[in-house]
Amino acid sequence: MSLLRTAGIALAVVVAALLQVALVPHLAWRGIGPDLTLLVVVAAALTWGAQSGMVMGFLAGAFLDLVPPSDHLVGRWALAFVVVGYLAGRVRAELPTARPSVGATLATVAACSFVGTSVFAFTGMLLGDSSLSVGEVLPVIAVGVVWDLALTPLVVPPLLRGFARLAVEPGRLR
Amino acid sequence: MTLLDFRPRAERPAAASSRGRRWGDDRPPTPPRSLIVALVLASASLMTLDKAGALDPVRHGVASVVGPAETGVSTLVSPLTGLPSWVRTQSGLRDDVARLEEENAALRAQVATAPYDAARLREYDGLAALAGDLGYAMVPAHVVAMGPGQSFSDTVTIDAGSDAGLRRDLTVVASGGLVGRVLDVTRTTATVLLITDADAVVGGRVAATMDVGTVRGHGGIGAETRLDLQLVDQRAVPARDDLVVTWGSQGQTAGPFVAGVPIGRVTHVYSSVRETSQRAVLDPFVDFGSLDLVGVIVPTGTVSDRGVIQADGSLSPAVRGGGDAR
Repeated sequence: MSLLRTAGIALAVVVAALLQVALVPHLAWRGIGPDLTLLVVVAAALTWGAQSGMVMGFLAGAFLDLVPPSDHLVGRWALAFVVVGYLAGRVRAELPTARPSVGATLATVAACSFVGTSVFAFTGMLLGDSSLSVGEVLPVIAVGVVWDLALTPLVVPPLLRGFARLAVEPGRLR
Repeated sequence: MTLLDFRPRAERPAAASSRGRRWGDDRPPTPPRSLIVALVLASASLMTLDKAGALDPVRHGVASVVGPAETGVSTLVSPLTGLPSWVRTQSGLRDDVARLEEENAALRAQVATAPYDAARLREYDGLAALAGDLGYAMVPAHVVAMGPGQSFSDTVTIDAGSDAGLRRDLTVVASGGLVGRVLDVTRTTATVLLITDADAVVGGRVAATMDVGTVRGHGGIGAETRLDLQLVDQRAVPARDDLVVTWGSQGQTAGPFVAGVPIGRVTHVYSSVRETSQRAVLDPFVDFGSLDLVGVIVPTGTVSDRGVIQADGSLSPAVRGGGDAR
């Protein structure tokens, strides 16, 4: 079962990362599109809580760091997604019901998208990996948040349903 | 997620009494501090290792596996991405525009495959003297993946690699002009750094006056993408609409950029008294938002697994199992 669960998550991350670089550019506005991998990490953290969310965020981020055509330092998305996993996991812990409401999901995605991309941009500035200034970075982050919110209704509910099945029905799926 | 749970079984919460335990959740609401510290430190050590270059083999390994997958996904989604243009061609006017654009692109491609044909040379006659022995062979490739804007670096993956005769630091062009240079090569794919990247620097030359300078990107690949040109000669003032080409190295594909590839046109000139230099803004010829077919300039005689467009415009046949032009 745990193998099935891990495989399901890994599949979601790999598919999201591939679509991220191969399909999203065709939809993107000025090169900025939705961050599908971030949505997967948020959905996982909303299902399993902060601890699993962080570990998964780290692995998904490290994968995204390595997928071509990336040329930034490996570990920057990993750190950003650890933070995202933590944030979404804390939201999960505060939820009164099993399934997060629409408003809670949207708010979580917006916050995670903003914080995640900001952490990524900040590490780039700190390490001299990117020479952009805060003024140039903020509009990109803002557009990214809007994209992520727009894609949330399409992507997150199916992921939450799928992850919930993996979480709750161990034997029946095999 | 049991596979990702590294704690000994005894430490795991046993009862359903803890807050946050719902439908199969076996985690306390707050993750242990040690895990947070461990993951943040792990991210930091990844960055340190990569800074030291220790992760290059890993990146290369992942690229050689994921690169072909990206090519596959790109092929799979191509009917989807082609859909908008199919819908638009419902109107007869759109049809005409598409046909003319195609014709235009074909004509431009002809110019690009023999970049030094006479018409173009008259345009930047400063380079005319160099023309005799210039002209490059090119390996055609398609852009299969583009880095997201949120990663703040402008890179793309193309579907040609070392098998097609590519290696690091080769110049990449499109039918319009300069695209960028090859950063990394796997067997079947390559990563290209676009000249719009905020860290990309290209030697540029104003064709009319032969003044040299550096062209820098700003990051971002929208329709309003502009490049900065800063001339070495502080008294030189480029004129509006001046053509800027790569300065580059003279030997065929010796340096990162070959000479004489058009980059863009000057749209604005700003002079700064404080910095006592001129800064010109360039409108690049290439539309980076819709990159598709590109050419990688390779040395003549390169062995490739696909047809190579030779400097005289002819197509040399593919060599199966060939490659590795070093």
